[in-house]
Amino acid sequence: MTISRRTLVQAAAAAAAAAAILPAPAIGQATAPMMRPIPSSGEQIPAIGLGTWITFNVGDDPALRDECADVMGVFFEAGGRMIDSSPMYGSSQPVIGYGLDRLGRPETLFAAEKVWASSSADGAAQLERSRSFWGVQRFDLVQVHNLVAWEAHLQTLFEMKAAGQIRYVGITTSEGRRHDLFEKIMGSHPLDFVQLTYNIVDREAEEQLLPLAAERGIAVIVNRPFRQGALTRQLDGHQLPEWAKEIGTTTWAQFILKFILSHPAITVAIPATTRVNHVRENVAAAYGVFPDAAMREQMAAYVRDL
Amino acid sequence: MSEWWTYRPEDFLLFSPRVYWRMFELQNEALWSLHLVTVAAGLAIFMFLLRRPNRDSGWIGLLLAALWVFVGWTFLWNRYVAINWAIFYVAPLFAFQAVVLLIAAIMPGGLRLDRRDVAGWTGLLFAAAGLVLYPLFPPLVGRPWTSAEVFGIAPDPTVIVTLGLLLAARGKLLPLLFPIPSLWCLLSGVTLWTMDDRQAWLPLVMVAIVLAALGLRSLIRRSAS
Repeated sequence: MTISRRTLVQAAAAAAAAAAILPAPAIGQATAPMMRPIPSSGEQIPAIGLGTWITFNVGDDPALRDECADVMGVFFEAGGRMIDSSPMYGSSQPVIGYGLDRLGRPETLFAAEKVWASSSADGAAQLERSRSFWGVQRFDLVQVHNLVAWEAHLQTLFEMKAAGQIRYVGITTSEGRRHDLFEKIMGSHPLDFVQLTYNIVDREAEEQLLPLAAERGIAVIVNRPFRQGALTRQLDGHQLPEWAKEIGTTTWAQFILKFILSHPAITVAIPATTRVNHVRENVAAAYGVFPDAAMREQMAAYVRDL
Repeated sequence: MSEWWTYRPEDFLLFSPRVYWRMFELQNEALWSLHLVTVAAGLAIFMFLLRRPNRDSGWIGLLLAALWVFVGWTFLWNRYVAINWAIFYVAPLFAFQAVVLLIAAIMPGGLRLDRRDVAGWTGLLFAAAGLVLYPLFPPLVGRPWTSAEVFGIAPDPTVIVTLGLLLAARGKLLPLLFPIPSLWCLLSGVTLWTMDDRQAWLPLVMVAIVLAALGLRSLIRRSAS
């Protein structure tokens, strides 16, 4: 998807709509969600995206498909753009396609997909199936899922990017797996994006991968920001610290997202949810003030000591 | 898969418990009142086995074969595969099990349900539980009645009743009839366990019973010879 003036106007309108939906920011806070540049192009993108792992795999259930479409609707209304999926996520792709149809195909969509196949030929066929499920003309970003057959797929994806069939190329990992190889590929290939797990308790990426991404000009997508819900469930029984108000957080989810987004190398976090109130809560984390380095350490220490 | 040792069973769970149990609600809604027929057929099997244990039981094999095809088609192939791509490879095994049950039912000496040793009676007990008790679980674990799993409609009770009956059976094809239902129980138990579902122990206990029963029989056979 190329960014036309119309798209930008729509994005601005969506941001304005979000401002109407979301809690009013405190005096001195920003009134638009945090935007982050994609280093390889300079394109600005909202820092909160929408993940679909597990949450959008609802099969053919019409009621649950409608719930997913509602989640997407609120996400776009709040100014969100990036939706991320994978052929590995069961029925998530057709469910996204259903939601996009129901929402009248929002032009602000940033479609992030993955290729997850053992060979380049299978990968090409799989991408075409994925595109058909989404009902989009092309994907904005295609990532090699968990580095499966990464050499063959990266070659194909860079060719597709050169031919204008996709806009960005990336690789993914999760839960700290294969960081050594990940780092090697980041250092040797002109990637636009990497996707990895990073949150207030899983901070391994801070050591090598995030500094390398900043140095190489690679955008970073953060998956599993809540450890698939386990982290927020674990924290729910505890009180937020009084000083959390200084960064405008009212929930643990926002506390965690503010921590993630305040790392300068992070571009987008993609929390997944089935509930519209959680989408609003997540997108609200991209508004307002963010912790500085000292407060980030205070936040991490607070959670560690609970 | 690289670094396979870093993966946990829950990493392979592609769906939420809510979506899983909604499948049963939709299956029950779509097939209601066929439940009455399948449960009546199950009760008929038990009446027959208790009253006339030595009569030809080929029709039971035919009935089970039909139910395995039906559950494999309506539930696994038309519902479950949409949220779990691995079922694409599992559903044909239900068809294979049905074919073996069919052959066992029609070939002379293929399947006779007249074994009444300890393992046989235990099998019948578990088969009865699969038929009668399984649908009663939802309120006990905090789910709506509409998500009840019923013999001949949902896979777990169908498989558990089948395994229980097989423990009370003898026949040339018996060794071929145990692996698929046992593997299903294992798969279903692990799936429920990764969902933190309190029902997970049921299919896992069934697998343990089958292994223990078959092991015991083998031991007795060896010590007798």
